[in-house]
Amino acid sequence: MALLQTSGLTAGYGDFQALFGVNIELGEAETVAIIGANGAGKTTLMRSIAGVLRNETSSVRFDGADIGTLTADEIVTRGVAMVPEGRRLFPSLSVEENLLIGAYGRRGGGHWTLETIYGLFPILAERRHSPGTALSGGQQQMVAIGRALMSNPRVLLCDEISLGLAPVVIKDIYRAVPAIKAAGASLIVVEQDIAQALAVADRVYCMMEGRITLSGTPDSLSRDAIHDAYFGAGQ
Amino acid sequence: MIWIDTVLQGILLGGLYALFAAGLSLVFGIMRLVNLAHGDLIVMGAYLILVLVTLLGLPPFAALLIAMPVMFCLGWGLQKFLLNRTLGDDILPPLLVTFGLSVVLQNALLETFSADSQRLPTDALTTASLQVGPIALGVMPLLTFASAVLVIVGLNQLFYRTSLGRAFRATSDDAVTASLMGIRPANIFATATGIALVIVTIAALYLGLRANFDPNIGPARLIYAFEAVIIGGLGSLWGTLAGGIIIGVAQTVGAAVNPEWQILSGHIAFLIVLLVRPRGLFPRAND
Repeated sequence: MALLQTSGLTAGYGDFQALFGVNIELGEAETVAIIGANGAGKTTLMRSIAGVLRNETSSVRFDGADIGTLTADEIVTRGVAMVPEGRRLFPSLSVEENLLIGAYGRRGGGHWTLETIYGLFPILAERRHSPGTALSGGQQQMVAIGRALMSNPRVLLCDEISLGLAPVVIKDIYRAVPAIKAAGASLIVVEQDIAQALAVADRVYCMMEGRITLSGTPDSLSRDAIHDAYFGAGQ
Repeated sequence: MIWIDTVLQGILLGGLYALFAAGLSLVFGIMRLVNLAHGDLIVMGAYLILVLVTLLGLPPFAALLIAMPVMFCLGWGLQKFLLNRTLGDDILPPLLVTFGLSVVLQNALLETFSADSQRLPTDALTTASLQVGPIALGVMPLLTFASAVLVIVGLNQLFYRTSLGRAFRATSDDAVTASLMGIRPANIFATATGIALVIVTIAALYLGLRANFDPNIGPARLIYAFEAVIIGGLGSLWGTLAGGIIIGVAQTVGAAVNPEWQILSGHIAFLIVLLVRPRGLFPRAND
């Protein structure tokens, strides 16, 4: 049975509907990538799962329980953490405080502590007392990932973690993924960079206009199929 | 020499205004909520202490220890069940609701306690003074000022040394992202208002020991508190203490020149600071 599952998930903002019945699954110890153009609904999907947007109760299932109507703070306590798009560090908090606040809703112990996060991203240990927003974009992204890991999540949602970063920095950040998986987390990675997504994921979903248009393992998807799913077939 | 005395008395009076203002500053700093009922809550705290003193025969300082948790719960509930519903992108609803609350509180106090002025019973301690060289400093103003400094130090420790303080700052920065950390903003706001009302109760004790109070003096306390917060820079706790001191000194110096100028000179000092430093003396960097 899937660890995390959405079924017929619809969501939107006011009168604007952004998702039209999205079904995705994430297995234990699996990494799933979600690709798609701007406005395809990827971020809305992440925000729905994380509880920032409310849903129908049965539209999101995690670990055998319906979590669609839970609030974000309840969902992170259950073990689904999100690295939000645009990093969203707290400007009033230092790097270390940003990491510590990630453990606010944590119950019990786990692999991820300040020490293990600093082991994963050593540069953060040097900058621990700087304001979070004084760091470079890549370092800020490391803080955002570390902050989410501090809750010791079973599912980590990564929303556009390579957005606006140089390729060499993106490589640095994705180097952390094996360690995150080894610590027992399953990942959903939202990516605009298709090559990066195919490299990191066990399975890929492609979204367009609020719907899943293609899914499969990276090997089984041809470039043309992805192209059609990304931009719409025959256009 | 008389001027040094006047300024010192003004600084000590500033401690009282800082106590009035600290709760207001805390609540504004965390949730950008201006509580127009703040002054009336101070007066209500004074009546609560008065009731405990009269009914249970407690000394005022012992009554304070009982009143503080009561006021914390009241503040928690007030925020959780009423004020949280007014928070949003629009700044008008919280102003209207707390203005209404102010009217309700004044009339409820008037109904219950009548318009007669009251004061808390004083003993030898409250009228004692310390002779420092040629200057006599009242023990009660000194205690008031020391309490104000302790409250501000305590709040700073809470903000910068504890997990709750981190949650306060994170929620103030970005409530949605804070909820992704497992923080429930509604509860953080409720706790903040609870703490603000604990400070209000301390302010109420010194208000009631220093002078008479009646159900209608709340709005004027709100104005002093508000001026202290603005002078200090919104959301800065040490700035709030500085703001209280500036108003206190301006009032006593004004009164020394001409007793009719006491209140006016406090307001004038406020306007001058607004003219010279519109964002206050110690504005927060990221507002």
